[in-house]
Amino acid sequence: MQADERLALADDEQMAFEVPDVLVDRATHYCPGCHHGIAHRLVAEVLEEMGVVDDTICVASIGCSVFIYNYLAVDSVEAPHGRAPAVATGVKRGRTDKIVFTYQGDGDLASIGLAEVMHAANRGERITIVFVNNTVYGMTGGQMAPTTLIGQKTTTCPGGRCRDREGMPIRMAEIIAGLGGVAYSARASLDSVKNIRAAKKAVRKAFDVQQQGLGFGFVELLSGCPTNWRMDAVKANTRIREEMIPYFPLGVYKDVTEGEGVC
Amino acid sequence: MPHNTTDTGTPERIFIKGNEAIAHGALAAGCRCYFGYPITPQNDIPEMMSYALPDAGGEFVQAESEVASANMLLGAAAAGIRALTSSSSPGISLMQEAISYMAGSELPGVIVNMNRGGPGLGDIGPSQGDYFQSVKGGGHGDYKLLVLAPATCQECYDMMVQAFDLAFKYRNPVMVLGDAIVGQMKEPVTPWKPAAVAGTEAADWRLEGAKGRKPRLLKSLFLEDGALAGQNRHLQAKYAAMQAEARAESFLTDDAELIVVAYGSIGRIAKSAIRKLRAQGHKVGLVRPQTLFPFPGPLLRGLAEQGKRFLTIEHNCGQMVEDVRLSIRGIVDSAFYGHMPGEMPGSDDFLAPILDAMGGK
Repeated sequence: MQADERLALADDEQMAFEVPDVLVDRATHYCPGCHHGIAHRLVAEVLEEMGVVDDTICVASIGCSVFIYNYLAVDSVEAPHGRAPAVATGVKRGRTDKIVFTYQGDGDLASIGLAEVMHAANRGERITIVFVNNTVYGMTGGQMAPTTLIGQKTTTCPGGRCRDREGMPIRMAEIIAGLGGVAYSARASLDSVKNIRAAKKAVRKAFDVQQQGLGFGFVELLSGCPTNWRMDAVKANTRIREEMIPYFPLGVYKDVTEGEGVC
Repeated sequence: MPHNTTDTGTPERIFIKGNEAIAHGALAAGCRCYFGYPITPQNDIPEMMSYALPDAGGEFVQAESEVASANMLLGAAAAGIRALTSSSSPGISLMQEAISYMAGSELPGVIVNMNRGGPGLGDIGPSQGDYFQSVKGGGHGDYKLLVLAPATCQECYDMMVQAFDLAFKYRNPVMVLGDAIVGQMKEPVTPWKPAAVAGTEAADWRLEGAKGRKPRLLKSLFLEDGALAGQNRHLQAKYAAMQAEARAESFLTDDAELIVVAYGSIGRIAKSAIRKLRAQGHKVGLVRPQTLFPFPGPLLRGLAEQGKRFLTIEHNCGQMVEDVRLSIRGIVDSAFYGHMPGEMPGSDDFLAPILDAMGGK
């Protein structure tokens, strides 16, 4: 049988789930069980549903997800480590008519890039930030991140993160929500179908507030890194539920869509 | 900017600081975004851009740091916008990361450095201590900036127009390297409007959304086998081609026995010293490089082949002199006089070093 015959729908079948056109059909470089693929897909679906694919500029950051431009067929530029919100500010100020977003991990955004994200948020830049928090530096081999949980062992806190030495994990969605220029800040999780559906709504809102000119849109996605957590993908999902969500509560921390937006 | 021509059609001259001339020149060149962070002695530039750019339909952002300013410049450049940042030495150090990324990603932008004393916090007075940082790359990796060095307020204006054109011509960051002298002094300047703002509209690389075409990607990461080597070869060929842009002012070099090589404000002060010595009959001339990269090495080499001797004068402890010596290697050496950063030079300070280099003649 030919491939197209195998793929053709039978009379009693209907297409319920399609791959967004903006997602590039290629082999993934992400590890088994990694949630970047899901996060990429949510962004792809949202851009298509909003009809803004052709007007979108992506700012890639440093880490595993630097290669987001290999998976999303949109105009893209690479930012130095942590600087994506500043680069996005420059893109957006240059082209205020475009949809501009950054896609950053927790080492990039919450450690080296803290100043850039805080000030872009505080200025109310009309950009969207998709923040993937997996509590570890993934690409460099599993070192401690600012979001690493207390007691979590990494290659640079082999005895487990200790509050007295390394301080407490940073809760970004709450911090961002406290800044004046922010129109939307939420935290969602990619550990289960139910949470992924909620995450998509949050991603959509984070883009909607940009498109409506209301202010800065921020969505934090709790994600698994089975490779650096030294566990399988199922256990990684369980860890998100049992260890991450209790410390990083899911929810919407700021939403001005009912109001006038920020100045 | 109401400074074009008078009713009679003659160019209107305005009396402004070098820093203001930088801002006027940038606006004339079609600059539409400015990103910066306060630092002395260049604050007139962001202050003027903060009110002039919105009037010109552009965007002004006071960034949270020079790190952020330079990355905002990178972003605006990626969108094909004529954009500017300015700072002074410690702030320029903070920008080196983004400048390296811009060079690696081939993004055009203009960076103004009003050089102050260093190292460290140094002082807020003039210095040429940033020659190496400006001309030899400055950040990580093998790359070059085009570097223009104004000596007058008029050149501050003119070189801003050139800087934007060169940035887009070569898809490369351009630095305009002044100092606290040329930035803070006032002179009459004749503003002019370039005939056309080249390069911006037709750019086939800028990001604007991939409507009706394949997505574009601007990056400096090349992991595939051979890709980075290929990119480096491409960049080096581009830097070699930039040699065509080398410019220098030559002053009384034809009959000179000694050529003083000095750039920027120091070149101008050296010119005053040379006038005094010429009045006393000393055959001394000046080459003032207006581009520091590309360096006008062939000009100097030609003068060396005529048997002339050389003295390099800088407001630092010896940086450009290395490029002078490389330019004339195998023929003659260059003497060096470094006026110490932290001390303001006058033309009389250069008389004895020039006479020494002439062998007491």
